[in-house]
Amino acid sequence: MSTERGLQLRCEELVELVTDYLEGAITDPDRLDLIEAHLQLCDPCSIYVEQMRQTIAMIGQLPKTQALAQAEQLPEPIREQLLDAFRAESAR
Amino acid sequence: MTAALVVALAKGPSDHLVAAGRRYDLIVTDRARKPYSCAVQGITDPPGLSAQAEADDAAEQAMLARLKARDEGAFNELVRAWSPIMMRVARGFVSTDASAQEVVQEAWLGVIRGLGTFEGRSSLRTWVFRILMNIAKTRGVKEHRITPLSSLAGDDDVGRTVDPSRFRPDDDPRYPGNWTPAGCPQRWGDDPESGVLRGEIRTLLSVTVEALPDRQREVVVLRDVHGFDSDEVCSLLGVTPENQRVLLHRGRAKVRAALEQYYVKEPV
Repeated sequence: MSTERGLQLRCEELVELVTDYLEGAITDPDRLDLIEAHLQLCDPCSIYVEQMRQTIAMIGQLPKTQALAQAEQLPEPIREQLLDAFRAESAR
Repeated sequence: MTAALVVALAKGPSDHLVAAGRRYDLIVTDRARKPYSCAVQGITDPPGLSAQAEADDAAEQAMLARLKARDEGAFNELVRAWSPIMMRVARGFVSTDASAQEVVQEAWLGVIRGLGTFEGRSSLRTWVFRILMNIAKTRGVKEHRITPLSSLAGDDDVGRTVDPSRFRPDDDPRYPGNWTPAGCPQRWGDDPESGVLRGEIRTLLSVTVEALPDRQREVVVLRDVHGFDSDEVCSLLGVTPENQRVLLHRGRAKVRAALEQYYVKEPV
């Protein structure tokens, strides 16, 4: 990979391609090569990609069976009814 | 570009363009490991992610066991955890918020009735959301809302995800559109994602995700919190794969920016 090649892509463009890249959605081999050439060359962009990866991993560590802070909940009376239904089914 | 210029580029004291000489392992966020994701050379499943997926599976198994044992606390916990995103998914198919609440309520009633016979061949999450989708679609047909909202209409869904002032202007004589020295992302210190999330960061993440614009939050929560793959998310939300990626990108970029503010303000 040549340095010249990596410079054909601007950093401001690369940061908008990160998700497509991580998703494996860049299907044009030439485009993919351009991105990888840029990352070989550019530390800040490599850090940016790494931080997106870290962000995904950290979001993935949020507990799946606990509500997010401030999430909009079903109204209390509906949740009460559901709990009643759960109890009733258990009692059968 | 000449070789001399290339050398000058690498030498410039304030320049960030250095030959890093290392490869970046990509991650496959689809835990289902779709064939297309693996088609791109260099993509590997990092150990951290599959460990996380395994931990998630174990947690889900534990939750299912508690539900089957008719543990009320477990049911209540799950209703609180999943109803917000279920309402958002349902809302895509029906006309009103009230109607979406009824769909979610009906879905939970279906879960209660089905628990005894649910054998766990699919994941709990897939099963619950399948029940939800069936009810939401039926209700949507009745309300003549057959196609879910799928347009990328919001102001939040267009434009750049990184502050443009962090890049050199178009008329920069050397590197237009590349990071300015002050704009370069700084490392966050040692492997912030490893281990258990600190309470403070967990709260920051949780609040930031919840504050995302609706469509972005829906995609980020389904993909990155609950681990649905992109095909599943497209069908749950009625979006195209392209739109799904745009929403995911914008949502994740905002969360990254919040983490950046946290880590850069408070040295680790």
